[in-house]
Amino acid sequence: MMNSKSLYQEVILDHNRKPRNYGVLDNPSYHAVGHNPLCGDRLDIALKIENDQISHIAFHGESCAICKASASMMTAAVKGKTRPDAETLIQEFRDMATGKLDPEQPNHLGRLTVFSGIRDLPTRVKCAILPWHTLHAALNALTSVSTESDDNPVQATSVSD
Amino acid sequence: MANVYASMTPAANTVFDVEKIRADFPILSIKVGDKPLVYLDNAASCQMPRQVIDQLVHYQTTQHANINRAVHYLSEVATMEYEKARRRIQQFVNAREEREIIFTSGTTESINLVMQGYGRKFIKAGDEIILTTLEHHSNIVPWQMLAEEKGAIIRVVPINDAGELDITAYEKLFNDRTKFVGLIHVSNALGTINPIKPMITFAHQRGVPVLIDGAQAAPHRVVDVQDLDCDFYAFSAHKLCGPTGIGMLYGKSSWLEAMQPFKGGGDMIASVTFEKTTYAAIPHKFEAGTPPIAAAIGFGAAIDYLDSIGMDDIAAHEHELLSYATERMTEIKGLRIIGTAAQKTAVLSFTLDGIHPHDIGTILNEDGIAVRTGHHCAQPVMERFKVPATSRASFAFYNTRSEVDALIAGIRNVQKVFL
Repeated sequence: MMNSKSLYQEVILDHNRKPRNYGVLDNPSYHAVGHNPLCGDRLDIALKIENDQISHIAFHGESCAICKASASMMTAAVKGKTRPDAETLIQEFRDMATGKLDPEQPNHLGRLTVFSGIRDLPTRVKCAILPWHTLHAALNALTSVSTESDDNPVQATSVSD
Repeated sequence: MANVYASMTPAANTVFDVEKIRADFPILSIKVGDKPLVYLDNAASCQMPRQVIDQLVHYQTTQHANINRAVHYLSEVATMEYEKARRRIQQFVNAREEREIIFTSGTTESINLVMQGYGRKFIKAGDEIILTTLEHHSNIVPWQMLAEEKGAIIRVVPINDAGELDITAYEKLFNDRTKFVGLIHVSNALGTINPIKPMITFAHQRGVPVLIDGAQAAPHRVVDVQDLDCDFYAFSAHKLCGPTGIGMLYGKSSWLEAMQPFKGGGDMIASVTFEKTTYAAIPHKFEAGTPPIAAAIGFGAAIDYLDSIGMDDIAAHEHELLSYATERMTEIKGLRIIGTAAQKTAVLSFTLDGIHPHDIGTILNEDGIAVRTGHHCAQPVMERFKVPATSRASFAFYNTRSEVDALIAGIRNVQKVFL
């Protein structure tokens, strides 16, 4: 129904089967864990910043296909980007997933618009957004983030770099 | 594949006309996208037949006013209809008296009423409350709140690999500090039917009262609170073809009279002065404020509807669906059924190797098939089976064998997508 048919497109299934940048990063500059307590999904993201750019990024964890593909495509998209450029993508992705950004309008999302159908499946929005929340937490030196803390989804515990 | 119908008694087939029943439910003929709806999320909420919808419309268009107050015509009629619904529920569960039936907003509020009205009055520091691993969160959290407030202790009955309660362990949990038992009749996550009658008898032999969470039992089988001899029994209307926002609590009148009120307000008093308020008699002592009158009347109409089909026939048809669906699911490689108790209602919780339940739910939805995915408000059950979540197909009496076939085809399609 609606756009969910287009949600499990080949590109998403491919990133789920063969996630890019999947694994653990040694000596990361930043690291954060994202958690969706409603479904038990857990995502660990680590990255290095060199010359103001994200030079390395890796993720691992347990999640549904939507979350894993979103994480895989996200890591591919932000690699080589500056922190402000990455934050722009995070904002645009969140806005697209929650229906605030029309993917037909100018944006920087590129192939990430394959996730635009998620806005019609409110229960799945969190799956797609979790990696982006977690990346935001990592870039801001926060160690954990949960999809279930409404006002302040990013809970600071300690600086990890 | 064995022919399940072959083993059925012919009588069960002839009296139960599922297509005729389906015609009573307008929503069952809607489409999801371009696919016919296959509604298998009945344990979460059941659909409403035309007879109940009509009753709601009839009440709202010809009978509505506030109850228990004015002397005018509409108030009299509304009060009469509201109390008639209470009487229907009393008959449905075979309670001794109408006043033992309290209208609540649903099972959750019923349990909270007992926690507040009974628990806060009678349970003290060091007392023990027995619950089971199968409980829905709504029969765990209120007791945890009470335990925290009072310094009471919660003891938990374990389950085996089939999802059945360990009765020996249950009996061993009792000691002279045991003050209360909270017990789910039928597991919402697995469908296990618990042997509550002997468990109640065992508790009573030790002077311990028992509350039964009947949310998943009352829609599927005959409930007789006198035969069970339970002290409290709770369920919601919307799981048995009634409206949301209304449910019931049965309590033995001796307990209800001894308990303190749950909520203060209008309708629950005999007299009020600033010096002293005396409470109304039961059941009104527990029904403060204007209740959802239309919903209560719809609850009564839903019971009329179920009775017109017959709870035994409903149970027989659903059991046949369970047998058939279990057999078909067993054919699917990589599918694991969570909950294989010998006594079950028509609930099939399952996992698929390598595929997350949320992906299963979304892809089944593309085929118009509604199942529930998640932890089903029963995280201790998920933990016991070491899964974060399951997909759950739960059947009602209006479901058909061809809908089971649609589910099986849908599951195979999910596996194909992830091949």
